[in-house]
Amino acid sequence: MIYLQIFSGASNMVEGVDRSFMVIFSISLFFLMGITATMIYFIVRYRKTRNPKATQIDGSNTLEIIWTVVPLILVMVMFFYGYRGYVIMREVPEDAMNIKVNGYMWDWDFEYENGKVSKDLYLPINKPVKLNLYSLDVIHSLYIPAFRVKEDAVPGKENYMWFTAQLEGEYEVLCAEYCGLRHSYMEAKAVVIPQEKFDTWLADYHPELNKDPRGLEILKANACTGCHSLDGSKLVGPSFKGIFGIQRIVLVAGKEKTVTVDEDYLLKSIKEPNAEVVKDYPANVMQSYSKVLTNEDMGEIVTYIKTLK
Amino acid sequence: MENHTQPLDFIQDKQGKKGIFAWIFSTDHKRIGILYLVSITTFFLVGGLLGGLMRLELIAPGETVMSPQTYNAFFTVHGIIMIFLVVIPGLGAVFGNFFLPIMIGARDVAFPKINLLSWWLYVTGAILALLSQFAGNGAPDTGWTFYAPYSTESGTNVVAAVFAAFVLGFSSILTGLNFIVTIHRMRAPGMSWFRMPLFPWSLYATAWIQVLATPIVGITLMMIVAERLFQIGFFDPSLGGDPILYQHLFWIYSHPAVYIMILPAMGVITEIIPTFSKKAIFGYKAIALSSIAIAAVGYFVWGHHMYTSGMSTTARWFFSFLTFIVAVPSAIKVFNWVATMYKGSIDVRTPFLYAASFIFLFMIGGLTGLVLGSLATDVHVHDTSFVVAHFHYIIFGGMGFAFFAAIHYWWPKMFGKMYDERRANVAWLITFVGFNVLYFPLFIIGVQGMPRRYFDYLPQFHMGHLISTIGAFILLTGIFLMIYNIMRTKKHGTPAGMNPWGGVTLEWTIPSPPPVENFEEIPTITKPPYTFE
Repeated sequence: MIYLQIFSGASNMVEGVDRSFMVIFSISLFFLMGITATMIYFIVRYRKTRNPKATQIDGSNTLEIIWTVVPLILVMVMFFYGYRGYVIMREVPEDAMNIKVNGYMWDWDFEYENGKVSKDLYLPINKPVKLNLYSLDVIHSLYIPAFRVKEDAVPGKENYMWFTAQLEGEYEVLCAEYCGLRHSYMEAKAVVIPQEKFDTWLADYHPELNKDPRGLEILKANACTGCHSLDGSKLVGPSFKGIFGIQRIVLVAGKEKTVTVDEDYLLKSIKEPNAEVVKDYPANVMQSYSKVLTNEDMGEIVTYIKTLK
Repeated sequence: MENHTQPLDFIQDKQGKKGIFAWIFSTDHKRIGILYLVSITTFFLVGGLLGGLMRLELIAPGETVMSPQTYNAFFTVHGIIMIFLVVIPGLGAVFGNFFLPIMIGARDVAFPKINLLSWWLYVTGAILALLSQFAGNGAPDTGWTFYAPYSTESGTNVVAAVFAAFVLGFSSILTGLNFIVTIHRMRAPGMSWFRMPLFPWSLYATAWIQVLATPIVGITLMMIVAERLFQIGFFDPSLGGDPILYQHLFWIYSHPAVYIMILPAMGVITEIIPTFSKKAIFGYKAIALSSIAIAAVGYFVWGHHMYTSGMSTTARWFFSFLTFIVAVPSAIKVFNWVATMYKGSIDVRTPFLYAASFIFLFMIGGLTGLVLGSLATDVHVHDTSFVVAHFHYIIFGGMGFAFFAAIHYWWPKMFGKMYDERRANVAWLITFVGFNVLYFPLFIIGVQGMPRRYFDYLPQFHMGHLISTIGAFILLTGIFLMIYNIMRTKKHGTPAGMNPWGGVTLEWTIPSPPPVENFEEIPTITKPPYTFE
């Protein structure tokens, strides 16, 4: 039980969830043990060799009523605890700090009220925080096991969760809704720090210095960087780093062909990603972006990729 | 002399057809039941091997035996095969077909030709499902739930898989329709509703779900196809659709589908326990009516799959409340089964071992379902391996163990041969132990926060995954031993006789294997079904 970190108090939601769990668990364990023991006792006590003649009993209305009403009352108790632990999760305090969360294949972005965007979720201790959940592509689900919170980020919809982090430390942030190839790698950290430290961290933000080039903004907004790295590491698709101008072997309808990665090839790969797939990379993972991006946007992307030497 | 008075059994009597045609074109409900038995067992083994390979991949963190794309395709295909090809048709198609007419004193189902058509639709759907794995752009990688918009955007072969499920739906609807009419119109003289055995009762409740709920998933899956082919915009927000709508439509069927699987399983257990306790079932009416209650309330609990989806707060507590209500009729059945053993004369044979272990595993599955039905706890364990453990306890520990119980209970009747009971008991023990070693650790790592459908995992979950993988191989050993033991009755089985277990329902009053027409003379029923004196 210690290993399960029951009642750790890492967030204000832990108590309600864990109490509800313990209520259900205790009642369930009692019935599981009781019924199993009774069954085994009957099997041993009334085995054929010891009780050669069965006594015929058709039933008992009293018993039927008892074992209908008692479970009914118990499940209502369970429902009540579950409801009580849950209802606070939807009632956000007015002074909660807002953080915008963007989920995309396969990463999280946390955007703070001053515009600072972080890959990890920095949280001031003992301060209610509201996460406004958005998705750029498919459904994701923000899950922080230690905080006992989980809520889906649904494309085209707004969803939210809130909590107050109560223990300093680092906690895993995971994706709980299956979202494709790198679903299990869609992780981040929740870092709970004192308010002063958090304020310093938040203020360390220089939008005029860190402004992304337009092409990179478009790449990020369309979750391209989930599969195509900017630093040369191999993800699902080829990295953008140093790709412009080099020669690559691609597969066209199963046959190998050498192409030079030029503007035409890059544009074609955005519009018809499966026509000429670089060798050793999977086909049919990427969809056409010809309806999603304007020609101008595509041009910006190509311009940006040229700069990645 | 006796050979002249006894009619040929249904296996000897090929009705003028030759070889395989005597099977695949037969309208005899018993032959159709065996067709399903062979097809479903085959797919069960395929799905089981995929599951075993997935467990092998998860034996250690990182990539061990397959790539993430292969893993994602494996759990999708494992789900599609197990849900649509094995557990949904499962007990009803195999044992329902074979025993429903016999247990109600009929010569066949109401529409024998439609019955054969159902099997052909099943085979067509199965072929389409297999094609989706090999043809086109690679096996589907959406999970068996086909959640939009991932399923409307994935580049893999989703349309074929979805269309397969659509065709299989028709097979299920027609079987359900056939059973409803059979039960209404073809019960033997004197068999009133409350003189009908409880396996037919459970099939009756199931059939209504099949007929009423399956069309919804059929339409929903066609909407996915339309979305992919014509960009209609039902579910994909980039086309103006709503992904939550898909989840509602999908679970309106797919939650009741769980009851399509489990109700006949409960029916099987309800037959086996009185036979081996030599005692009338305790609370006959309570068990019969609780089947109907489960089927009725089970329609209105689908939203419990969606507590974290962004559904309204009102909808969330409403579905949670109903989910707790539906737990009660299941509990009633468990109490009545155990009470049936009280003061019985219990003969602990292989089918009884499976039935008793069903009760234990089903209780674990059901009780952990309460954790998932409760709002606060579900927020934590939703979409974790806790859910995976829960539904495997219900579907495999429940429906699967009931299937094993049924095959050991009725095999001697179906083929007239008895298997080696010692080896059968050994196989039961290995299967039971392997099952728990495989699935129980998943509850623990689920509560610790291990999400499901993960190709890779954090190091703290390694021990749980390792134990689980070891369990998988124990379980597969048990299952192979069980199948071997049953198959070898063909050569080494001893004659089973008409009534090897001392059962009292109608199937034990006719020869093993039964003749084509089942009964020389349709019996007249004068007593309740479980009268042992």
